[in-house]
Amino acid sequence: MRFIFKTSYLQDIRLLKHNGYVFWYGLLLIAILLAPLLLDEFYIGEMAFIFIYAIAGLGLMIPVGFTGLPSLGHAAFMAIGAYTNAYLLSSGYSFLLSVALAGIISSLVGGLIAVPLKRMTGIYFAIATLAFAIIVEEIIVHWESVTGGLGGLAVDYPVILGFEMGETWQFYFICLIVLLLVLLGTLNLIRSPSGRAFIAIRDSEISAESMGINLSYYKIKSFAISGLFTGLAGALFAHRLAYLAPDAFNFLLSIQLLMMVVVGGLGTVHGAILGAIFVGLLPQAIAIAKDYLPPFIGEFPGLEPGLFGVILVLFIVFEPMGLYGRWIKFKLFLEMFPLYRKATFKRQKSYLKTERVQ
Amino acid sequence: MTFFSAKGISIEFGGIRAVDNVSFDVDKGSIYTIVGPNGAGKTTIFNIISRIYNLTSGKITFEDQDITHLPTHQVVSRGIARTFQNIELFDHATVLHNLLIGRHIHCKSGLLSDLFFLPSVKRMELEHRRRVEDVIDFLDLQHYRDQLIQNLPYGVRKIVELGRALCTDPKMVLLDEPASGLNVDETEDMAFWIDDIKKLLGITVIMVEHNMSLVSQVSDRVLAINYGKVLAEGSPREVQENPEVIKAYLGEEDVR
Ligand SMILES: Nc1ncnc2c1ncn2[C@@H]1O[C@H](COP(=O)(O)OP(=O)(O)OP(=O)(O)O)[C@@H](O)[C@H]1O
Ligand SMILES: [Mg+2]
Repeated sequence: MRFIFKTSYLQDIRLLKHNGYVFWYGLLLIAILLAPLLLDEFYIGEMAFIFIYAIAGLGLMIPVGFTGLPSLGHAAFMAIGAYTNAYLLSSGYSFLLSVALAGIISSLVGGLIAVPLKRMTGIYFAIATLAFAIIVEEIIVHWESVTGGLGGLAVDYPVILGFEMGETWQFYFICLIVLLLVLLGTLNLIRSPSGRAFIAIRDSEISAESMGINLSYYKIKSFAISGLFTGLAGALFAHRLAYLAPDAFNFLLSIQLLMMVVVGGLGTVHGAILGAIFVGLLPQAIAIAKDYLPPFIGEFPGLEPGLFGVILVLFIVFEPMGLYGRWIKFKLFLEMFPLYRKATFKRQKSYLKTERVQ
Repeated sequence: MTFFSAKGISIEFGGIRAVDNVSFDVDKGSIYTIVGPNGAGKTTIFNIISRIYNLTSGKITFEDQDITHLPTHQVVSRGIARTFQNIELFDHATVLHNLLIGRHIHCKSGLLSDLFFLPSVKRMELEHRRRVEDVIDFLDLQHYRDQLIQNLPYGVRKIVELGRALCTDPKMVLLDEPASGLNVDETEDMAFWIDDIKKLLGITVIMVEHNMSLVSQVSDRVLAINYGKVLAEGSPREVQENPEVIKAYLGEEDVR
């Protein structure tokens, strides 16, 4: 086991807690930077797609995993980001400005939508976000002058400083840069007062409030940040799709995003990334599996959404800490090998919370 | 001037008066204890003061300011921090993290500066950390600093919750049964800390407690209530010898 000897308060603030982290994450970054040289274009495209998912996953992790606000409507923020970007590009805005505005507008919508939702919790909150997503989808269908309605909307290539970025590897790096920025923002947030307040609200609203945290204000903040990140993901997603239609942003996408954070591991940054990899690889896995399955199962309509639902439920029941939680357990097992106790992660209830104030 | 005063506070839950016309004053720098049988309304009084419940009638003043209708989250910035009878810590966070939340009202950074973790945020974080370390030293929590709350024994959680209240730099703390569930040694430590909070830190304490030896050891004044009504008020000795109070407690024993 590694024991970290702390000599300065700064050590608790550092992003990479010790040199082991610096080494492994450095190696990972180098591999990602070199990937376009080594891998086939198809895989680079898929990796860019996973980056976009990871950005959206971080966006969703902030309300769901850190603030405890279950959202079933995050496809709406993807849609707002995607359509804003596509519309602004077609009106002649530059790519960088257009993507930034897509994020900002989505963030404003996030903040606004949180105002009426701030007093709701649990299932009521989830249903309200679901309703919000349906309303956004309807608006996209009917606001034809901007969104193209059911006819759809073409998305131009990104152009940065006069250079056309039509190649897959170029898009790969654009997505990577946005992901790294969003990742840094998320890490900064959770080591600062705002992020602490989010986590406090998640764990005990009553206690958070009596520590001076203005619940409504922080829930609005949480949704505004989430809107920003998810909107950025949406803006990039638009380029991946190349042609926007309302059904790309339906309930299935919201569920997919939710599955990502649950499967990855709620309340962890790693969880959002691992979840994105999982969700990104799943369609491939399903496609491969289909070849081996008897046709009456493989061709079954609604196989994919059904499978998503099953995976979501299985994880919630059997692995509530997600893939990242599984990894932590595995790491501990290796570190403590002969001494590992199976009960280390058994949830223990040492007292009852019966008389909690409501 | 009275430091803290509750005048005729009452609250009704569906027609039942859980607290009925209770008045009391607390002097600055004293330890004031509320006692009473189970269900007497002690916690409810705390919930009224910390504005978790809206009172039906009455008035509460603190340092000559009316705080009867303050929004809940502003109570602590006026200088009144509290603990909960059943411990309301942030279970999935470390001790350090919990104590830092106690510093929340002193954190002045905005969302954008947090997102970029500007140097000013970093500087303030270090300052809050120093303050938190003072409290860790005061309560001997060094050993538990980086542990998750959910892995800590009950007694330590009680102390962490007290520490979190102290991290807000309060003028007054409300402690709801600080010694309940603690063993004899832990209770003794708690008595010393409560005394130190008053003498060393100069913080006023209002406390709810069942352990009568702890009550008489640390309290300056005691208020006894039953069924939401005041039975007696005075020094610990006076209250313990009051026939009404004895009857309330013995009556309860008889029912059992
Ligand atoms: N939110 C509420 N709704 C309805 N009744 C309530 C509520 N809160 C408290 N009460 C009632 O008020 C009465 C006083 O409760 P309170 O929790 O203040 O008792 P207590 O003196 O703290 O008792 P204990 O020593 O058991 O902690 C009880 O009868 C309780 O059922
Ligand atoms: Mg009580």
